[in-house]
Amino acid sequence: MNPKRPAQSSSGFFRRRINREPSPLLAIGLPWLSIVLASVMMTIVVVASAPIVPPLGFLAFIAWRQLRPGLLPVWAGLPLGIVDDLFSGQPFGNAVMLWSLAAIALEILEARLPWRNFLTEWVVAGTLIAIYIGCGLLLANFTAASTPFLFVMPQILLSILIYPLVGRVAAFIDRIRLIPVVEVR
Amino acid sequence: MAPPANRRSGYSRRAQYSTFFGYLAGALGVLIGAALLIISISNPDLFSSLRSVATQTVEPAGGVTARARDTGRNIFAVIEGHALSGSRVSKLQRELAEAKVRLAEAQAVKAENRRLQKLLGLTRADPEPVAVTRLTSSTASSSRRFATIGAGHADGVAKGMPVRSTLGLVGRVLKPGRYNSQILLVTDTESLVPVRRAGDDVAAFARGRGDGTLRIRLIELGINPLKQGDVFVSSGAGGLYRPGIAIGVVTTVTTDGAIARVLSNPAASDFVIVDPVNTLNNRKLAQTAADGGDE
Repeated sequence: MNPKRPAQSSSGFFRRRINREPSPLLAIGLPWLSIVLASVMMTIVVVASAPIVPPLGFLAFIAWRQLRPGLLPVWAGLPLGIVDDLFSGQPFGNAVMLWSLAAIALEILEARLPWRNFLTEWVVAGTLIAIYIGCGLLLANFTAASTPFLFVMPQILLSILIYPLVGRVAAFIDRIRLIPVVEVR
Repeated sequence: MAPPANRRSGYSRRAQYSTFFGYLAGALGVLIGAALLIISISNPDLFSSLRSVATQTVEPAGGVTARARDTGRNIFAVIEGHALSGSRVSKLQRELAEAKVRLAEAQAVKAENRRLQKLLGLTRADPEPVAVTRLTSSTASSSRRFATIGAGHADGVAKGMPVRSTLGLVGRVLKPGRYNSQILLVTDTESLVPVRRAGDDVAAFARGRGDGTLRIRLIELGINPLKQGDVFVSSGAGGLYRPGIAIGVVTTVTTDGAIARVLSNPAASDFVIVDPVNTLNNRKLAQTAADGGDE
């Protein structure tokens, strides 16, 4: 018989999961926080002279909606859109309106096409992204500017290509979100 | 992938209502967004203070990334710039580009001096800069080209002041906040800068195209004298920009002008200089030019 008994207070990762549950703050707050960070991040990381950087906030918003339908309420586009509008440089209200519309469109699509796979989700997201960037350009041009549509084509392509990556990041945050850290009493 | 089972409201009255009100709130979001859009289109200045406050909150992070960005040149070079080996190369390249611009500017100054000698008695001294600061953020994903600098009212920055880097003109102040200001980059489609060719006096207008290039429109139409590699500097006409600041170099010649690449890529501008509004000319002219930009 081995006299060495395993320590009761083992600091192993899985041992700490026993008798714990996910923190509600993390579970609900992380998706919101990650979308806000995505909105803010690209404006401060890159100072660009051309619109080529994908609208990361929108990509994250769509990714979370597709990953966990119903986790963000349908009206989440309103508060998150306001934050995005503060930083995006688009006419104010652009993201509020388009994000809310995208959320409703995704809800309807989800009801119609309950069985989905990677490709259909990418096609749906890609279509939404293209429409979003196109509408954003139209609205910006309507207020003051006059950028031809051709100049946002690289941005649309880049955004569609980078979308699966954003989805992976959202999935990674989703795993962190549900790590049981709070002790059940 | 199977649909999540808990999304069906079933016979539960409560679940049905919460789904219904969720949709209602979503539709309300669309309406509120549309209303905000209409308000912001009719009165673009209304949300600028709100935006200024928002920019203020992420300012520290912007300052950090601005420092990290120094060695980079564009989005791909930003990544490269973070690596150790790339930083030296990009530094040398920048110094070379700077030297080339200096040369072009010197030519412009020579031509300027010749002209000024004719107007005896009128001397022009370069004004003291209002502020030297960093570009902290830009609207990288919007088709509008705005950026934020880390100086505002408190530093004496006022609307319409030109912003330049060591390489050339970057833009002008659009909405000064308290400690930061929104600037309109020269590549925005709203930006219009009176320019002339360095070396001689072919006058033109440089309008942003929104993709990092400028469209040079000649004022006097006729045979297009432009060649690839011509450097354009601000002419000072209209009184907004100080004359002789380098702006762009011609890459493609078109029938009525040219397409020019902006010399001062905002991604590579580590420090920017805010100049006072050119006081040699009529102040009022400058003001109207500044106002004309954001309707």
